[in-house]
Amino acid sequence: MGEPPAVLEMTGIRKIFPGVVALDGVDFRLLPGEIHALMGENGAGKSTLIKVLTGVYGIDGGEIRLSGRDVRFTGPLQAQQAGVSTVYQEVNLCANLSVAENIFIGRQPRRFGRIRWAEMRRRSADLLARLDLDVDVTAPLNTYSLAVQQMVAIARAIDIDAKVLILDEPTSSLDASEVAQLFAIMRRLRDAGVAILFVSHFLDQIYEVADRITVLRNGALIGEYRTSELPQVELVGKMIGKELATLEQLESRPRDSTEQLERGEPLLRAEGLGREGAIAPFTLAIHAGEVVGLAGLLGSGRTELARLLFGADKADSGHIEMGGKPVAMRSPRAAMAHGIAFSSENRRTEGLIGELSVRENIILALQAARGWTRPIARRRQDDLVAKYIKALQIRPDNPEIPVRNLSGGNQQKVLLARWLITEPKLLIIDEPTRGIDVGAKAEIQRLVAELSTGGMAVLFVSAELEEVLRLSHKIEVLRDRRLVEELENTGDVDADRVMHIIASGATS
Amino acid sequence: MIDVSTTPATNKSGPAAGRRRTYRPNAQYIPVLATLTLLIVMYTLGAVNYENFTHPSVILNLFTDNAFLMVVAVGMTFVILTGGIDLSVGAVIALTSTVAATLLQAGWPAGVVIPTVLLVGGVLGLGMGAVIHFFKVEPFIATLAGMFLARGVALLIDQNSIPITNGFWTGLAEARIVFEPGVYISAMALVALAVVAVAAVVLAWSRFGRNVYAIGGNADSALLMGLPVGRTRIGVYTLSGFCAALGGLIYSITTTSGYAGHGTGTELDAIAAVVIGGVLLTGGSGYVLGTVLGVLVLGMINTIVNFQSLNSWWARMAIGVLLFAFIVLQRLVTRRAK
Amino acid sequence: MTFLKNRLVWPVAMLALLLLCALIFSDGFFDIRIQDGHLFGTPINILRASAPLVLVAVGMTLVISTGGIDLSVGSVMAVSGAMACLIIGDLANQNSVGGVTLAVVAAIALSLVLGLWNGFLVAVLGIQPIIATLILMVAGRGLAQLITSGQIINVQSSPYKVIGTGFVLGLPVSVLIAVAVLVIAALLTRRTALGLLLESVGGSPVASRLAGIQARRLTIMVYVVSAACAGIAGLIYSSNVSSADGNNAGNLIELDAILAVVIGGTALTGGRFSLAGTALGAILIATLDTTAQAVGIPPETTLVFKAVVVVVLCLAQSPAFRARLFRRPAARPAARAEVPA
Ligand SMILES: Nc1ncnc2c1ncn2[C@@H]1O[C@H](COP(=O)(O)OP(=O)(O)OP(=O)(O)O)[C@@H](O)[C@H]1O
Ligand SMILES: [Mg+2]
Repeated sequence: MGEPPAVLEMTGIRKIFPGVVALDGVDFRLLPGEIHALMGENGAGKSTLIKVLTGVYGIDGGEIRLSGRDVRFTGPLQAQQAGVSTVYQEVNLCANLSVAENIFIGRQPRRFGRIRWAEMRRRSADLLARLDLDVDVTAPLNTYSLAVQQMVAIARAIDIDAKVLILDEPTSSLDASEVAQLFAIMRRLRDAGVAILFVSHFLDQIYEVADRITVLRNGALIGEYRTSELPQVELVGKMIGKELATLEQLESRPRDSTEQLERGEPLLRAEGLGREGAIAPFTLAIHAGEVVGLAGLLGSGRTELARLLFGADKADSGHIEMGGKPVAMRSPRAAMAHGIAFSSENRRTEGLIGELSVRENIILALQAARGWTRPIARRRQDDLVAKYIKALQIRPDNPEIPVRNLSGGNQQKVLLARWLITEPKLLIIDEPTRGIDVGAKAEIQRLVAELSTGGMAVLFVSAELEEVLRLSHKIEVLRDRRLVEELENTGDVDADRVMHIIASGATS
Repeated sequence: MIDVSTTPATNKSGPAAGRRRTYRPNAQYIPVLATLTLLIVMYTLGAVNYENFTHPSVILNLFTDNAFLMVVAVGMTFVILTGGIDLSVGAVIALTSTVAATLLQAGWPAGVVIPTVLLVGGVLGLGMGAVIHFFKVEPFIATLAGMFLARGVALLIDQNSIPITNGFWTGLAEARIVFEPGVYISAMALVALAVVAVAAVVLAWSRFGRNVYAIGGNADSALLMGLPVGRTRIGVYTLSGFCAALGGLIYSITTTSGYAGHGTGTELDAIAAVVIGGVLLTGGSGYVLGTVLGVLVLGMINTIVNFQSLNSWWARMAIGVLLFAFIVLQRLVTRRAK
Repeated sequence: MTFLKNRLVWPVAMLALLLLCALIFSDGFFDIRIQDGHLFGTPINILRASAPLVLVAVGMTLVISTGGIDLSVGSVMAVSGAMACLIIGDLANQNSVGGVTLAVVAAIALSLVLGLWNGFLVAVLGIQPIIATLILMVAGRGLAQLITSGQIINVQSSPYKVIGTGFVLGLPVSVLIAVAVLVIAALLTRRTALGLLLESVGGSPVASRLAGIQARRLTIMVYVVSAACAGIAGLIYSSNVSSADGNNAGNLIELDAILAVVIGGTALTGGRFSLAGTALGAILIATLDTTAQAVGIPPETTLVFKAVVVVVLCLAQSPAFRARLFRRPAARPAARAEVPA
């Protein structure tokens, strides 16, 4: 076929973590000038393969060849010097440093050994402009949302002069337009001969950019395919190890949205609730058994709104009523006492306690609500945890391993389980399907629909408009930190209409 | 925040908003500014309450008396910025002053003793840094062992105070720039200020300095970003050991003696100075200038206590109370400003 | 080889080694005599010497598990001893049990207040723990001397002496107190959910708050507990010498306590903690001092000896060190990177 020789060739890679064989004899090769997707369920070993390549982990077997030469990197620094630039899963930057520094640290422009700050700032602004991002590059990174941080990480990686570019789930917290920007740049780099390894759980994205696909399952190689020769259904089948007749089997609309919800007294009513700099005062009612979706772009105030309802931030105007009575949401604890649960989008810093076990993380909120004097009996803990590990298919299913050793998607499921066992009246979930594989995502959506049928109210926050449309009875549209529109999700509402409202801010 | 809307939305870059109208200092400078303000307030209070407090020598002596602490605290700043801690500095002062005094007594020339002593401090720091980095031993424990070791060796060398009669040493002890009788700045204070200046430049303008901040911000991320984490981490402990040795030299010069009991508790003074200066103990945020102010605050507290001429236990109470007042005020100011 | 991964194996091994040295180099080290129905001998002395350290270290463990640190324990010991001796010294009859009880209660109550103060600074005002407790570390010694007016108060009170030097059922009272506190702390943290919640706060305060944990209340509590433990330790110390010495009581004990906690397998960054490990660490440190004397190491060498033991122990406990030391040549070939040009 006249393929160019591979830039990167990994053969027979083995990686063993205590108790888990994360990679078992995996072969992988990357050609120059291609975008190559690495696919697999949560915990399949994608991130591990990447970290093994760049020397974050040592390997227990196999060979890595870069440009035909045997290599064994001792760390990301060496990998970077050899021309492998990586964006790891989850944002790995220094939040205390400025945006510009995060892009250039380690390779700052210098004169006489002195860092040239002005040039660094100018170049970062230029670079971000190419990604269509207009931010103050001197501000510390932690003043920006996860999505901006993700874009900064990407900017850093593409600016490093590399022959291999690795992107591990770079799109999980991005909106459609940022994804489009990213893809444009990826194509440009590909055409310039860079080999790109791309990981994503969004099938559409894979089919949009990837030239070839390698599928992993349970740490083993399933195969390497041309994207054009592998239909989506077959890909999913290979990933989950089951034959599927149609994709709809997974993506079926879990709820018949035309059915009308009987609404009585609202469960929760927010009246003129707002917080300066976070979200303008809004009024919102949520009923029992109702799924309310929040739609809006990044930075439109989705998360901020959710945090106010949970008392994670203090509102400086308005009030909340529950069951018709005003209540003070002074703290998350107070909100929990009123039957509200909130699963944060930022699972690593605001969600899980990495060092504690899966079991401890799952029972944490329930235990906190009971207070320390009333421990949950160990037997009951084990039962509850086993139930949710099974229901959410958390892998590996050992409840006693530290949660930080789980793959990203499985961590998300643990966080969800934590809140589900508190059996809340109102479940606020911020980006619950971020980084979750196709099978599990359908599972979670089904679960949300089921819970709401059972009478639980759900506030569903997601960057994925399709998902919001599929699940919600009612959609709240946000724009520029303001709630601009409330839509009943009857048959005539579709993504275009919502996008239009978001873009124009018009209340149609 | 990302520009995707068709109409150019207002206020896209949140943090920069509103900057033009009122002067808002960068959030990262607030702790330093708060320290400075409170230091001035303290000085004013002293000036109002005590006679002779406004005499220029009061301020200049602050620098002279605390020159060794300033040097030590500068090294400590680097370590704390990476999120570590160095408990060995006080003991290193003891060790280096003892070694220096012993060698001088044995007739070694000053020109050999000084580099030797600095080397001892640097090597000890290097060793602790290597243990911390390669074997993942907690900095607190590794440097605690270093503290035992340094003071232990100092005790082994000599349990008594050793006077220094070397001409170079006594000469340096007397070297000073006199502005008017009784008003002078000592050579050692100038050395300390030079160290501060170099450190400030390194932290702000060199890759090493920026890597220090990155590691303090998030060491795991720094590693994944391809920064030389090991080299930097070992570097800061080496630097701190070196600064402690220099501090020990200054101490031996100002006291013209070497003693295994020198520098007891200096590690805590240095840590306190660094933290008062607005450096976060978790790392990644703070400035050398803040540390200097922190040292001056501690010095000022001591000066006030001296002016009040309290007996020893009241003095301790007073130091505690002033420290408390200062830290709480600083905390409140910082919180409000943010 | 898996047992080598258990961190506590190494302190136990080190303890055994120390005792072995003591056995070889000093005669009669292990002689335990029964005299007047009480146990005597060097091993008993080690336990008695470690009692205050165990107490302080137990409180310190809880503080450290939340990601904090308490430097003020030594000063609290001094204050507590001073308070007790002041009250006893003023008693008409120093041997009155009621009076001594009052003194003990007052001393512990004062310690609780000091702990509350630390907790307030850390949890309510949000001051970094090392600095917040440094304030009391400095001022506390002043306070202790203030209470005793700068003198060493000597007391002649036999009920008070019981705390430090008495025996019950042949066992030293101070050891019994330490064991009791240890057991209570272990039960409180492991039989309730307290341990989990503390570890959670230490692991991530932000995430803990969002999970509904009252981090502030727990934080205050651990500082109060730590001060209470230090207060009791101060009573043992002062009862032992029948006097209150504001300068020397508990001097530098904070370092030994922190060392004991870390040797016991609790990380200073907070999170997972082990009270059993802490007790072991504290006993190890006490043994170190006693053995050094027993085998005739001169006092000026003791510090170097201690440094060597700590370094060896920490290296043995470090998985990274063991990996380097016992690396099988086949397992990790070519550690060097071969970076192509
Ligand atoms: N540091 C670690 N220690 C122990 N086990 C680990 C560690 N890192 C990963 N694992 C395990 O290795 C397996 C592969 O994880 P990996 O992170 O590579 O999955 P992934 O394919 O990237 O999944 P996701 O799509 O969820 O990100 C998982 O079973 C995980 O639990
Ligand atoms: Mg992954």
